[in-house]
Amino acid sequence: MTRFVIRRLISMVLVLFAISVLTFLIFQVIPNGDPAQRMAGRLSTPETVAAIRRTWGFDDPIWQQYLTTMKKIFTGEVISYTQQVNVLDQIWQDLPATLSLAIGAGIIWFVMGVLFGVLSALRAGHFTDRALTVAALVGVSTPVFLLGAVALYFFAFKVQLFPNGGYVPLTQDPVDWLYHLILPWLCLSVLFIGIYSRVLRSNLLDTMSEDYVRTARAKGISERRVLVRHVLRNSLIPIVALWSLDFAAVIGGGAILTESVFNLQGVGQYAAESIHQLDVPPVMVVVMLGAFAVVILSAITDVIFALLDPRIRLTGS
Amino acid sequence: MGSRQPTPNADHLLEVEDLRVAFRTEDGVVQAVDGVSFHVDAGEVLAIVGESGCGKSVTGMTLMGLTRSPNARFAGRATFDGQDLVSASDEQLRRIRGAEIAMVFQDPMCSLNPVQRVGTQIAEQLRAHNELDKDAATERARGLLERVGIPRPAERLRAFPHELSGGMRQRVMIAMALSCDPRLLIADEPTTALDVTIQAQILEEVRQLREETGAGVILITHDLGVVADVADRIAVMYAGQIVEQGTLDEIFYDPQHPYTWGLLGSIARVDRPRPARLPAIAGTPPSLANPPHGCRFRPRCPHAFAQCSELPPLETRAGHPDRCWLTPQEKREKREVAGQIGLAGGEVAAA
Repeated sequence: MTRFVIRRLISMVLVLFAISVLTFLIFQVIPNGDPAQRMAGRLSTPETVAAIRRTWGFDDPIWQQYLTTMKKIFTGEVISYTQQVNVLDQIWQDLPATLSLAIGAGIIWFVMGVLFGVLSALRAGHFTDRALTVAALVGVSTPVFLLGAVALYFFAFKVQLFPNGGYVPLTQDPVDWLYHLILPWLCLSVLFIGIYSRVLRSNLLDTMSEDYVRTARAKGISERRVLVRHVLRNSLIPIVALWSLDFAAVIGGGAILTESVFNLQGVGQYAAESIHQLDVPPVMVVVMLGAFAVVILSAITDVIFALLDPRIRLTGS
Repeated sequence: MGSRQPTPNADHLLEVEDLRVAFRTEDGVVQAVDGVSFHVDAGEVLAIVGESGCGKSVTGMTLMGLTRSPNARFAGRATFDGQDLVSASDEQLRRIRGAEIAMVFQDPMCSLNPVQRVGTQIAEQLRAHNELDKDAATERARGLLERVGIPRPAERLRAFPHELSGGMRQRVMIAMALSCDPRLLIADEPTTALDVTIQAQILEEVRQLREETGAGVILITHDLGVVADVADRIAVMYAGQIVEQGTLDEIFYDPQHPYTWGLLGSIARVDRPRPARLPAIAGTPPSLANPPHGCRFRPRCPHAFAQCSELPPLETRAGHPDRCWLTPQEKREKREVAGQIGLAGGEVAAA
């Protein structure tokens, strides 16, 4: 276990380093990306631009600029170029919206994915299965910005069943929080429900033909018990692993589109706006935060994996 | 004796009459079991012998209801304890399965759930058929592991299948099968996946079980060598049908069907001079989706003649029933190959 943790920590540092360098370099080569020019505005004199360059350190060699930025990130002093506010404060403020979206959607897509997957496998080849297959394909192929826009048009504009976007903190009004989040949750979940139900369906069908399922049946236990304790239990292992990785990806910026469509003011939307303005510090922080979430959750996934399947050992290789 | 009439006999533990199992597949209807009749008495070991795909496993699994699926069709009867297993409801069968009739499967590597402790898996079966709390079931499971010769059983209860050797796992499977004191044990190739020393131990386990509990045993195998050690009677199956049935001595010393000769000829024997190459039966078993007309063994039989294009009935003409048109006299002459029983022609090597 200690070896596992140490190995994971080392790989996390490497991943974060690589990701941050890449992100930083991308913004160096982007056309029209000179931050001093952008800060100074369109009608600025070359002197103003040069002054900004000096004060912000844009004259320094790239590696030094990178080190300064990283230092500022880790000391919590990093300031965005455009709004010139503290990036970490801003993210801290946006995080509840993103977490609310991710956790709610995560629960919905897991439960619905499992439900539809089981239904599909039990009725394999029948109408229910075929209908769910088509639904899953449509769900997987519909982009979330289209789905979100259509949902908003019908349920917020035409029928006015739900609010037209926006976010209300849970601490302020739990009912209003729920009311604002239902549409985003569902829209974000659709893609994952489609994928999960298909993956689980094929896992279930594979597991059903395993020898140990035949043994379970030969023991004379009830069919329901065979399905739940032996078939489903074994089929869910990869689904759980998939879930925690997807969940990490959603926290780490995977919900950019959903947040923007529904104007949730979360971390993803902040990242989207910052990218729009070629504002390097917030993008760096969000990207690193996402990488951090993925690395941490994949380590947790490995632990869960080992708990669910005794054949897997953490210390191996 | 005369030809045995398939009449229900209340004295038999299990009486199978004209059992037919067909599966609808993409290649058409596969008649996996085609009119099989046999019986098993308490305390008796019946061996069903045949090549892979001859329908012997399907026969065994059908008795347990494990072949039931929307694509399967069944006919015939299998009377166990006055109840027909073929027409029994799923719930009736579930109650019999694991309690009255238990099964040991071929591959112990895949036959246990990889993510459950073996103690849990044994206890699950005990609790499905008995009013037992968790602790009592675990205690019974421990006793069962001890009974099948697993050292340190209390510790092994907590082991996962991958932590045990193949022989150990098969012992766990046997412990599980024995857990509810079944009256009939169906062992489907119980030793095939194991090495030879473990095979002998597992067979000893089967023999002991029969002696201790008086249970009937159906031993399904492709290996006549295994059969010689434990079986009382033998049914030889070929292409979904029984081609010969008799006591151990009848099959080994007076085999009537050429297929049986081939099986006997292909046993490696240490008490005879070693052949350059182990004799094998030429050709492959026929497809059950499209079986040959007449005698099913005809395409592979070096002794086939005109009458073989008609399916021979399972008839007793030399002490026990077989499916072959040759006269007993002809059979006695033709089964001698180089001084021992064998199937002439094909790939038979010179002794």
